[in-house]
Amino acid sequence: MFKIVRKSVLNSSVTLMEIEAPFVAKKAQAGQFIIFRIDEKGERVPLTIADYDRENGTITIIFQIVGKTTEKLSMLNEGDALLDVAGPLGIPTHIAEDAKKVCVIGGGVGCAIAYPQAKSLFEKGLEVDVIAGFRSKDIVILEDEFRKVCSEFILCSDDGSCGKKGFVTDALKERIDSGVKYDAVIAIGPVPMMKFVCKVTEPYGIKTIVSLNPIMVDGTGMCGGCRVTVGGETKYACVDGPDFDGHQVDFDELMKRNSTYRGQEHDCRMMKNLK
Amino acid sequence: MANMALEKVKMPEQDPKERARNFKEVTLGYTKEMAMEEASRCLNCKNKPCVAGCPVGVKIPEFISEIAEGNIEKAYEIITSTNSLPAVCGRVCPQENQCEGKCVRGIKGEPVGIGRLERFAADCMMKEEQAETELPVSNNHKVAVVGAGPSGLTCAGDLAKLGYKVTIFEAFHTSGGVLMYGIPEFRLPKEIVQKEISKLKKLGVEIMHDMVIGKVLSIDEIMEMGYEAIFIGSGAGLPRFMGIEGESLIGVCSANEYLTRINLMKGYLEEYDTPVIKSKSVAVVGGGNVAMDAARSALRMGAEHVYIVYRRSEAEMPARKEEIHHAKEEGVEFLTLNNPVKIIGDENGRVCGMECIKMELGEPDESGRRRPVAVEDSNYVLEVDTVIMSIGTSPNPLIRTTTTGLEANKRGCLVVDEDMLTTKEGVYAGGDAVTGAATVILAMGAGKTAAESIDEYIKSK
Repeated sequence: MFKIVRKSVLNSSVTLMEIEAPFVAKKAQAGQFIIFRIDEKGERVPLTIADYDRENGTITIIFQIVGKTTEKLSMLNEGDALLDVAGPLGIPTHIAEDAKKVCVIGGGVGCAIAYPQAKSLFEKGLEVDVIAGFRSKDIVILEDEFRKVCSEFILCSDDGSCGKKGFVTDALKERIDSGVKYDAVIAIGPVPMMKFVCKVTEPYGIKTIVSLNPIMVDGTGMCGGCRVTVGGETKYACVDGPDFDGHQVDFDELMKRNSTYRGQEHDCRMMKNLK
Repeated sequence: MANMALEKVKMPEQDPKERARNFKEVTLGYTKEMAMEEASRCLNCKNKPCVAGCPVGVKIPEFISEIAEGNIEKAYEIITSTNSLPAVCGRVCPQENQCEGKCVRGIKGEPVGIGRLERFAADCMMKEEQAETELPVSNNHKVAVVGAGPSGLTCAGDLAKLGYKVTIFEAFHTSGGVLMYGIPEFRLPKEIVQKEISKLKKLGVEIMHDMVIGKVLSIDEIMEMGYEAIFIGSGAGLPRFMGIEGESLIGVCSANEYLTRINLMKGYLEEYDTPVIKSKSVAVVGGGNVAMDAARSALRMGAEHVYIVYRRSEAEMPARKEEIHHAKEEGVEFLTLNNPVKIIGDENGRVCGMECIKMELGEPDESGRRRPVAVEDSNYVLEVDTVIMSIGTSPNPLIRTTTTGLEANKRGCLVVDEDMLTTKEGVYAGGDAVTGAATVILAMGAGKTAAESIDEYIKSK
């Protein structure tokens, strides 16, 4: 069993949990993920590791309620435990050795995963800019944490209720056009956001890394559910990723495949509401 | 005098129409009377060709003689002296290519139902309240096993019986490997698998779940933890796809994914959360046991039409004969000598058909089977909403890519010698990680050989 030692509600739909998982905490690196299962009847669900504490043997996850499992997870409290946590899975994020200045972009709950990226690069001594985008002011997360691990923090909101009004892509384009030179961009968020960040960086030839979130079952290279097309080839996000060169990813296909079980998720929530 | 009936005593089965809609076991097993009658068909040959056909060397005529006499406990003891998972083997071994394939009675008539008798003995003893097994005397040596599938469980069981302290590191939340995620409930009840595993635990085998070796611990780190040898039985890996147009459409999945959702995650039960594709019309591409399992599962999940699409003819199908027979009885439609050309999607990116081309058999190829050749202009569209690819897997990359000194061949299979020793000292391997997708019993045979080699290696140190 994997005990929840800390729970913090970040906004109405996003929750942070620190979980005892000593083996995972010992090895975890930025960009890797876990597969968890709440109880015997639960699904296996992948979640990127937001932080880890090797000494105390804990990992931190930050998740948004999107379906039945995340809803169930959000109802657990400190002292409760998850039945299974396996990881750290996937390949850690890799940035070219000679990179000096990078831009880390997070969209919505994707900021939970963008944060450890910014932190690890900042601690390695790179110059880090962060662009964090949210729908509106009330769902902003990790603002204080981000500010500590970057030289420039740009907050954007779709409705202008905080920071700059507009999308992260607008802010990024503005930075690049004003003469800021990035050796790499890391973009983590909803699939359309990652797709459009890649469209912005492509003409400038800036290496852009995205973290993909396809459907998975086992997460260990067995089921093939997480296959994505990258540079015309079939890749498996669980063992070849989850990070990929964004300029090579077929985002439209990923968006479609991620909707495979949408009907059933919906039915599931409807049933629950009826009950 | 042996019972000279030409046919096996018939196996009681659920009615095909009924069972095609439930997940309960298809075959119901012999009664004691049936088993004794079938056992009396054995000629007790001096040269025992059946034993030579068994990868784990079960003493077949000996245990069958005991059943013929009604001594089931004695029969079970004889079986388990060489086979750690008899209830499993009796159900899923391809007996027609192994023990029963060599049976003298098979020359004229049907061979002795060795698999059915093995299952009978194992099931019988499982029902009995087991006396506490005595822990083997410890020899104070530690061995690690990676993967709690057929090869790992066999290796662990054999070593534990010799007094080794064995720890199995299993990546999933449940032990059993393919016995749990791959083979469906209606062919191998999961309760039986778990009972076999609990017997190993009684021998002192420790199993750690959720441990993805190659990620959470490396092979070298396991060695540093004081294990003197390691057996890698990490099993099948990434599913193969055909590389044809449309394989990324919604409604295309691997048999591994489909079966894992149903078996391991119990997606067929209302109260479990894992979703499974709901299909009206399903094409399963391939002709192996996994293809049959996927097709028969699809029927049970409510599909109206399920097709097996296979490019060769039925004679070349690698699946067990019994599975093909059962699948047909249940209503799976066989499109042999047909090959998919592309998968067709609708405006939402969902599968709405699969274009196939007819094939005919040409000259034999390197496998000795006649090569299928496309018949020109014979293309047609099969109306389906789901396509399940069941054309094999390649071994899991997690260990070979994170362990120095561990060589793999071009296909990604770990290289081992006849003792199952890899290219790294103290590290042994077997099962699908070495052979690529094969059978449960071959994996068990490899685990057995590895256990013997590990014992010799540690003793000679």
